[in-house]
Amino acid sequence: MQVGIRTEGLVKEFQLAAPMGAPRKKKSDAPKAKVVALDGLSLEVKPGEIFGLLGPNGAGKSTTVGVLTTRVRPTAGRAWIGEHDVWQNGVAVKRLIGVVPQRPNLDFMLTAREILTFHGAYFGLPSAERRKRADALLDEFKLLDRANDRPIGFSGGMMQRLSIARAMMHDPEVLFLDEPSAGLDPQTRLLLTEMIRRYNARGKTILLTTHNMEEADSLCHRVAIVDHGKLIALGTPAELKRSIPGGYVVRVQVDEITDAVVNALRALDGVSEVRTTGTALIDVYADRGGTLVPDVVTAVTSSGRVIRDLHIAEPSLENLFLHHTGRSLRE
Amino acid sequence: MNFRTFMAMLGRDAHVARRNAIQLTFQTLLQPMLFVFVFGRVMTASGLMNAQYKALLLPGIIALAMVMSGTWAVTMPLISEFQFTKEIEDRLLAPMNIEWLAVEKVVSGMAQAMAAGMVVIPTAWLVMGGVTFAGTHMLLFVLIAFLVAGLSATLGLVLGCSIGQQHVGLMFSMVMAPMIFFGCTYYPWAALSKFPILQRVVLINPIVYASEGFRSALVPQSPHLALYAIIGALVVFDSVFLLFGLRQFRRKAIS
Repeated sequence: MQVGIRTEGLVKEFQLAAPMGAPRKKKSDAPKAKVVALDGLSLEVKPGEIFGLLGPNGAGKSTTVGVLTTRVRPTAGRAWIGEHDVWQNGVAVKRLIGVVPQRPNLDFMLTAREILTFHGAYFGLPSAERRKRADALLDEFKLLDRANDRPIGFSGGMMQRLSIARAMMHDPEVLFLDEPSAGLDPQTRLLLTEMIRRYNARGKTILLTTHNMEEADSLCHRVAIVDHGKLIALGTPAELKRSIPGGYVVRVQVDEITDAVVNALRALDGVSEVRTTGTALIDVYADRGGTLVPDVVTAVTSSGRVIRDLHIAEPSLENLFLHHTGRSLRE
Repeated sequence: MNFRTFMAMLGRDAHVARRNAIQLTFQTLLQPMLFVFVFGRVMTASGLMNAQYKALLLPGIIALAMVMSGTWAVTMPLISEFQFTKEIEDRLLAPMNIEWLAVEKVVSGMAQAMAAGMVVIPTAWLVMGGVTFAGTHMLLFVLIAFLVAGLSATLGLVLGCSIGQQHVGLMFSMVMAPMIFFGCTYYPWAALSKFPILQRVVLINPIVYASEGFRSALVPQSPHLALYAIIGALVVFDSVFLLFGLRQFRRKAIS
């Protein structure tokens, strides 16, 4: 049984109470800030798909995961996991999902193995089955030698691995991973990618949030780009990258930036924007990459400057985000 | 409700309590025992206090130990798990309506309060060097113990879901300390007759009914609050704290 995910016009507004001691005249005019985390988000994740929610911090990614995992009540709109409405049939939904939170929330009172076996017990697994699965997962996530330790002294990567093992313990049909690779070393990230692919190969649906371009690009079948709680673009990574004009960036390092060299580059055919960083870096946004290089070289040398380095960036989701919002994802 | 999930969570709390048993025992029982030794033994043996005071003190000490340990057992984990470590999230995602998790916390707190009561009775008896009771109502004692355990755990639920991590110290000095000292734990309610206003005011304190309840069961011949008032008040406090605690829990668990 494969299970998909659907949301329809999700809206979530948070009321922020003013901090204690903030100036106010009467209790009734206590200054309250309203934050709109989701602004009518509609999505459909197909059964068996690895789906990425991509956006900067504060875009509404975690709130979306919160709504889909019964932890955040939407102000308006509806959400379904498979055929179950998340807010009418929460218990059935919880049986279908596994959740890896953004920050590890492991039970510090238990050992690594107990965290898995008790999690299995919450989901009604028989005791022998719990133990077998826990050991298999500990082995798979390379945690067997620390199985009887409490996670309080674990490194960030170990905690993250244990969180994922726990989410897989009851073999859920849908796995949510909120920023799974944040703060991980490259080796753990590789292991994580492999685990996600392997889990997906068993027909499981996976929704992950990230602000890492490469991760979304390499791992996800489809990606939704969100910002300010709204859907900006949706498609396969390849489709999305094709959709932007001027998706190439030629980065040139020169000995010194002068107005003449910038103007010369700006005047080139197909160049949409020229940006400078520091005293030597120039980013040329254009609709072509390799064929632009001879023109760039000519423009720079004819302005009397010397090229130190040159790099062509292919169309990327990063550039796409910049295109749609005017902001970089990392801002 | 999902019975298996509920029992697994109780199992988890029992497992953790067993692991921390020695620490928990000292944490909740050392202070009452010191009090028992000084007032129940030193003061009475030196003749500064009447030997009958022992029998009036012990019920109050049982109430105090049960309320402290039950409240502590629910409040402290809730405060840290909701706000600091977030470790409760795993259980909020278990296939069960989240209100049952709050109920599970109450049941587990009641069990710990009962265990504390069971330890404190023989220990206090030994520390005081023996107490004699006449006309003890065993059945009433069990009923009161059950209601007091409920009181401690539901109070723990309310505090644990209402108090911020940064206010834990304040909670103990501003809430728990006055509740204990004006809770008729170290003296019977009748002893306040010289302070008529205070005697009325302390009636809003649930610990008064816990202490007086144990007194009515263990030393029925001494003056105490009317039994119907004690049981009625405990039932009302238990229910109100449970309902209010559940509401606070829902607010904490779902944003």
